[in-house]
Amino acid sequence: MITTSLRRSALQQVACPTPAPDSGCVQLGHGSGGKMSARLLRERFLPRFGNKYLDGLGDGARVPVEGVEVVVSTDTFVVSPLEFPGGNIGHLAVHGTVNDVAMMGAVPKYLSAGFVLEEGLGFDVLDRILDAMAEASAACGVEIVTGDTKVVDRGKADGLFVNTTGVGFLSDGFRPAPDLARPGDSVLVTGPLGRHGMAIMAAREGLAFEADIESDTASLVPLVEALRVAVGAGVHCLRDATRGGVASALNEIAQASGVGVALSGDLPVPTAVEAACEMLGLDPLYVANEGVMVALVSPEVEADALAALRAHPVGASATRIGHVVAEHQGMVVLRTGLGGTRVVDMLPGDQLPRIC
Amino acid sequence: MKYLSEYRDPAMARGLVQRILDTATKRWTLMEVCGGQTHTIVKQGINEVLSNAVEMIHGPGCPVCVTPLVQIDRALHLAARPDVIFTSFGDMLRVPGSECDLLQVKARGGNVRIVYSPLDAVEIARRNPDKEVVFFAVGFETTAPANAMAVWRASELGVENFSVLVSHVTVPPAMVAILEDPGNRVQGFLAAGHVCTVMGWDEYEPLAAKYQVPIVVTGFEPLDILEGIWMAVRQLEDGRHEVENQYVRSVRREGNRPAQDLVSRVFQVVDRGWRGIGTIPGSGLGLRSEFASFDAERKFGLEGISAEESADCHAGDVLKGRLKPFECPAFGGRCTPESPLGAPMVSTEGACAAYYNFSRVQADVPVGVAS
Repeated sequence: MITTSLRRSALQQVACPTPAPDSGCVQLGHGSGGKMSARLLRERFLPRFGNKYLDGLGDGARVPVEGVEVVVSTDTFVVSPLEFPGGNIGHLAVHGTVNDVAMMGAVPKYLSAGFVLEEGLGFDVLDRILDAMAEASAACGVEIVTGDTKVVDRGKADGLFVNTTGVGFLSDGFRPAPDLARPGDSVLVTGPLGRHGMAIMAAREGLAFEADIESDTASLVPLVEALRVAVGAGVHCLRDATRGGVASALNEIAQASGVGVALSGDLPVPTAVEAACEMLGLDPLYVANEGVMVALVSPEVEADALAALRAHPVGASATRIGHVVAEHQGMVVLRTGLGGTRVVDMLPGDQLPRIC
Repeated sequence: MKYLSEYRDPAMARGLVQRILDTATKRWTLMEVCGGQTHTIVKQGINEVLSNAVEMIHGPGCPVCVTPLVQIDRALHLAARPDVIFTSFGDMLRVPGSECDLLQVKARGGNVRIVYSPLDAVEIARRNPDKEVVFFAVGFETTAPANAMAVWRASELGVENFSVLVSHVTVPPAMVAILEDPGNRVQGFLAAGHVCTVMGWDEYEPLAAKYQVPIVVTGFEPLDILEGIWMAVRQLEDGRHEVENQYVRSVRREGNRPAQDLVSRVFQVVDRGWRGIGTIPGSGLGLRSEFASFDAERKFGLEGISAEESADCHAGDVLKGRLKPFECPAFGGRCTPESPLGAPMVSTEGACAAYYNFSRVQADVPVGVAS
């Protein structure tokens, strides 16, 4: 998958362009995972690179290598601060890519790691990040088999950027994909929502609020493996709900499969996340997770799938949040406690805090 | 969550919905004034479940929607200056000016920062003495005290590199403008609970009496809104037109006197333009002459910047409740959430964006009738 997490733009030219909708340059919103990201890929990347593996825009690609289908996925990690409650960028760099490989139905085996280090980054910080990567990859059963380091001038990187690419192997008959959702499918999430995004917000300088929230960064490999063993091809789609949150993940699935997703109002949002979101004017459905996936499964295997997920600590609070419908194709609609409906659209760019 | 979930209880909400449906003998037209109330109404689908009893018109109480184009253009001009750090509440960043928005200026090198409190902007000014720090002081009476406090504090501390681009508006003159409009359809108001927390409600009593409309000071949670609607419908059914207070846990009749005092020490009443509506006399707050040195318009000589609103955008008629969003010729065609002509299409709670999304689920709401 092409990653669009561009956190800075170097253009110094200060002038308003015309016309307004196309800014003529990269904006932070292009890295949000919302509509701006999708448009960037559709208009600039796919026309140049497009091929049958890339065009599906899955979490990774299934490519043939000497007759064996192999999954490859890459992701680049930029986060400020580098260390936050519940983990650091090293955990994210391993879990993020390993999870993307797992979402394709594969068991990840090998990782590459490329680092952009900023002049002045303390060895103490770097060591903690590398320790985290070593621990996380051992726990996930992957090895970091190749890598690269570059150093840039102070001020040219936010401490450290890291890219990881993962390679994994598939089992027979297990090929979940974003375009396989069918009306009637149950929509499951594997854990409480919004913890990573709000942990980062709380750890950022300049936001005077303290919240007892830890990032959920975790490997989803055991959960995918549990689902494969328990219900196999009963699993139709898997998507980790990273940037853009559960809302964006489900919108992508709804669009790829040409179905609608109907959510019940009952979403597993921890109280601390809900409180922080209320204060900051944000919606937990759009907040990033780093250890939660959405799984769309046939209705007849729902109970078995939930039982398999709940048997693992990361999936202990797995729950059903809705189902797939034939109506409102390409859209996610939430039924409220009152019986009203609300469209849970993909955001144009980053979620902006509301004034009122 | 304590003190929140109590006001979101689905069973109680359904009970109130039933009570409203039972009380209304005809379909009444109400306007919720505040964008925060619109947010809850859209998010919970309240308009939908009550559609047989009440038509809710989303009022002009969204600061993002009503800040005039010329002030957005002035903000864009300032944010593009290399010597300026431009600070703002978050959702102003995507509001389209004549040619771009603040996010795009930021992408091109402008120093634009989101703050949650205007006092943070003063702090940024203190920490960056070599930069001019401007805060975009928008909003209704709710944000006015904090913004006044920022100017007051900067003045006390002698922070000379701090200034505010003011676009404050006040609710009662806008309600008068709506009520005096020949095409007005609004029969009752849900007044904005947080505005009244600051200002109290006695200024609404002459309006209720003169225009014979019920006005219910209402909170922002689902049960608040439903109870406010129920109280307004009861008044309409009884032929009463009073100011009632639903939001008793926050609002007192006299409001917050220290906040009012601070606002009137820093700001004075001025005429103010509203995006899509035009100038409403006495509907804004501007800095008093004692604080003129904190006025970004003066400091940077912005008076010369003017702006022409798109003739295609009928946001004013929508905000006044005269036009349904889908009746606008540009709706869904030239104007969409990705490429908005006017502010109500910008935020998901804006009246136009709300209809745009809703219409894709409900087949009976037309999209892009004449685009």
